[in-house]
Amino acid sequence: MTEMLAQDYLLEARQMQALSFVVHIPLVCFGIAFPALVLFVEWRYLRTGDELYRTLARRWSKVLVALFAAGVVTGTILSFELGLLWPNFTATFGEVFGLGFAIEGFSFFLEAIFIGIYVYGWDRLSPRAHFLSGLPIAVAGVVGSFMVIAVNGWMNHPQHFTFENGQVVQANAAKALFANSFFWHEFVHMYIAGFIVTGFVVAAAYAVYALRGRWGRYERTAFAVPMTVAAVAAPIQLLVGDWAAREVAKEQPVKLAAMEGLGQTTKGAALHLFGWYQNGDVIWGLGIPKLLSLLAFHDINSTVQGLDTVPLEDQPPVNVVRYSFQSMVYAGSIMALVAVLFLYLRWRKGRLPASPWFYRAVVLCGPLSVIALLSGWITTEVGRQPWVVYGFMRTEEAVTGASGIPVGYGVLAAVYLGLVIAVVWVLVRLARVPLAEPPEDDVDTVHPLTHAE
Amino acid sequence: MVLQTLPAAVVVIGLILYTLLAGADFGAGLWQLSAGGGERGRRIRDHAHHANAPVWEANHVWLILVITVLWTAYPTVFGAVFSTLAIPIFLAALGIILRGMSYALQNAANARQRRYIDVSFAAASIMTPYMLGSVIGAIASGHVPPGNAQGAEVASWTNATSIVAGFLAVCTGAFLAAVFLAADAERVRDRGLVESFRWRALLSGAVAGALALGALFVVRSDERMLFDGLTSGWGLVPVVVSGVAGLVAMGLVFVRRFTAARLAAALAVAAVIIGWAVAQRPYLLPTTVTIEDAAASDTTLIALIVSLAVGAVVLFPSLVLLFRLTLAGRFDPTTQGPPPVPGAPPTRERRKHAAQTSIGFLISGFVLLTIAEPELAHIFGLIFLGIAMIAGFRAVGPIELGARPTPEVAGRSLRSLLRRPR
Repeated sequence: MTEMLAQDYLLEARQMQALSFVVHIPLVCFGIAFPALVLFVEWRYLRTGDELYRTLARRWSKVLVALFAAGVVTGTILSFELGLLWPNFTATFGEVFGLGFAIEGFSFFLEAIFIGIYVYGWDRLSPRAHFLSGLPIAVAGVVGSFMVIAVNGWMNHPQHFTFENGQVVQANAAKALFANSFFWHEFVHMYIAGFIVTGFVVAAAYAVYALRGRWGRYERTAFAVPMTVAAVAAPIQLLVGDWAAREVAKEQPVKLAAMEGLGQTTKGAALHLFGWYQNGDVIWGLGIPKLLSLLAFHDINSTVQGLDTVPLEDQPPVNVVRYSFQSMVYAGSIMALVAVLFLYLRWRKGRLPASPWFYRAVVLCGPLSVIALLSGWITTEVGRQPWVVYGFMRTEEAVTGASGIPVGYGVLAAVYLGLVIAVVWVLVRLARVPLAEPPEDDVDTVHPLTHAE
Repeated sequence: MVLQTLPAAVVVIGLILYTLLAGADFGAGLWQLSAGGGERGRRIRDHAHHANAPVWEANHVWLILVITVLWTAYPTVFGAVFSTLAIPIFLAALGIILRGMSYALQNAANARQRRYIDVSFAAASIMTPYMLGSVIGAIASGHVPPGNAQGAEVASWTNATSIVAGFLAVCTGAFLAAVFLAADAERVRDRGLVESFRWRALLSGAVAGALALGALFVVRSDERMLFDGLTSGWGLVPVVVSGVAGLVAMGLVFVRRFTAARLAAALAVAAVIIGWAVAQRPYLLPTTVTIEDAAASDTTLIALIVSLAVGAVVLFPSLVLLFRLTLAGRFDPTTQGPPPVPGAPPTRERRKHAAQTSIGFLISGFVLLTIAEPELAHIFGLIFLGIAMIAGFRAVGPIELGARPTPEVAGRSLRSLLRRPR
């Protein structure tokens, strides 16, 4: 009976998990990269004593804390869901991967502690102590994401445990997580993505100011810093992405086959752009002969493993994986183009671009970067299906036997919609606070007591 | 055996700290709801919010720690609890989202909007501790069998023990919050607020104490084994300690010794949790799964304990720092800003050769990562690309770039651009 129920709600459970990730992952990017940006600007303040940089860092830190608060709750929900939706996964493999989350919990903790000190300490700590209190935030953001990605790398490439009769009999958690060669590409790719997403989303906000005619030194600086970060990271992400794809080709050939829609194992395989995968072939696609073999194995005549090497029930849903992969690649390429354009103009003209078209493109890159991020994660997560632990446990074996998943899914969707609206509302409000006000307004909204007396 | 029990001890400590700190946050939410309207109510709400703001995030991470340790060290227990008790746990999670959301919103909202936010804040403040309390009650009273969702979906957390535990969690949170907030109010020398929270502390303390006593009777008729655990042997010690500390805390509040009352109140609440843990030992899920049954393999436990120890070395000094700053009033409202930074002449960023460095590393990184095959080359390729990014950032020099005057961007709409002769 339980088995039947589990089957019924598998899709809802997967969608619920996906929804939770979709809301959480962009916030993670801000956890990885935004503290570094804020600290960079504050560091310039320490060096020059120019109040403008302090104002900027301070206003950004309020954004940081709002996004972090949303990150804390969505992250808590994710840890709940590992039990609420996939109790069998955690029950069976918790001892292998759990360690990563335990360490992640610690870094989350440090982040929370120092964000409290940093954001509420602007007026109370000496500038130097204040700057130092921000450093652990940046470090913890990176450590935390490193741990989570280590777990994901293990799920994709499980090692260092003995599995008998559906039970883990012997496990070495530290080795499973950190001696795994198959997560570095995910980590590096995600880390750079964090900078691209943060860079482009923040830059997009100030590009809107530029287009509306507010273009003082404050806005220009606030635009230039994230834009430069995104501009140096986006082109390099193409190289890192290419490397990541080669790693996938080596270790998870079926995932690569799904990403490229390669039905049959082929020697000198072609790369298809667009099109639709059907019955083992990409139809209506634009094929470039031999390119896939060249990209995957650096040899135009190498053999690329196709989906036919595994039975149909072990194949991931090809079109979902393929289209998210393609979206990521296209979005990444567009962003890299904008980035190169920015660098070129900087080199030739020695100042910020003046054309509104450039700023319109940056505004577009904001959402585009989030799309690239999410479709990248869809590629790797849906590409892992039907396995939750690659080759060991299928997703349908992991799902909860509890009923009521659809209800929970609906409620969570509604609440997260509210959360997204709320976060956007907070950010818009923070953006509208007049520039001259910050120190006073801080006291007014956060510490209203003083004004009551 | 020690190895297997240590993570359980960490879970209990984490739960205690979560109850003391986050529980007090939830209690503060309750007081915000019941503060009433007008100037006085507004001040109570402001005080509750202000006292919590800097430590709020940190207080709630304890739950994540508890969950992660639980699923690493006792995976099967975690699976059983989270599948059978999916409903209360999901509702608690919803409360956590709502609370976090309203917390983020409060920083930006004006007075009228905050009224609405406070309501959802307070509703979540009741729901989450109630549900988590009822989860504890369900586990303690043996309603969670091992396996994937093998227990009753509703009856497991709607029995008498669960309900009492839920209410107890809400009331102890309210009591803790009132005591803590009274102490905070005394620090900012606000007599009116001190009295408001003093009365609230006495009232909620009496209710919580009565509930705790009542809970013993409920447990006696509902779950004899748990009752025996609580009233004999080692289990009796925390029960007595809790009762005495609770009475002492009330007395201290009554004579306005709030700093000491804080400690006594915390001890009273902590002892309740310890009592529960001692009463049901050695079981994690009473009468079916013991600590030893559920424990992960030794290597995992060792790795976990080592990382917990290392983490604690970093974590506790940081926590002490945060709470010292908060309790010493360093985050209290002030109109006095920090000392200004001595203004140095705006220096040019040293960007000489940065561009060349960047391009050089970019090219060598590309060769090593994309063209070369060996693993080692890839590592260096990544490092080089990282250097290329940093040097590139330097070469662009965003700070100087932003400082340069730039022509206005706007005013050139799409139409005017098309009209312009090229």
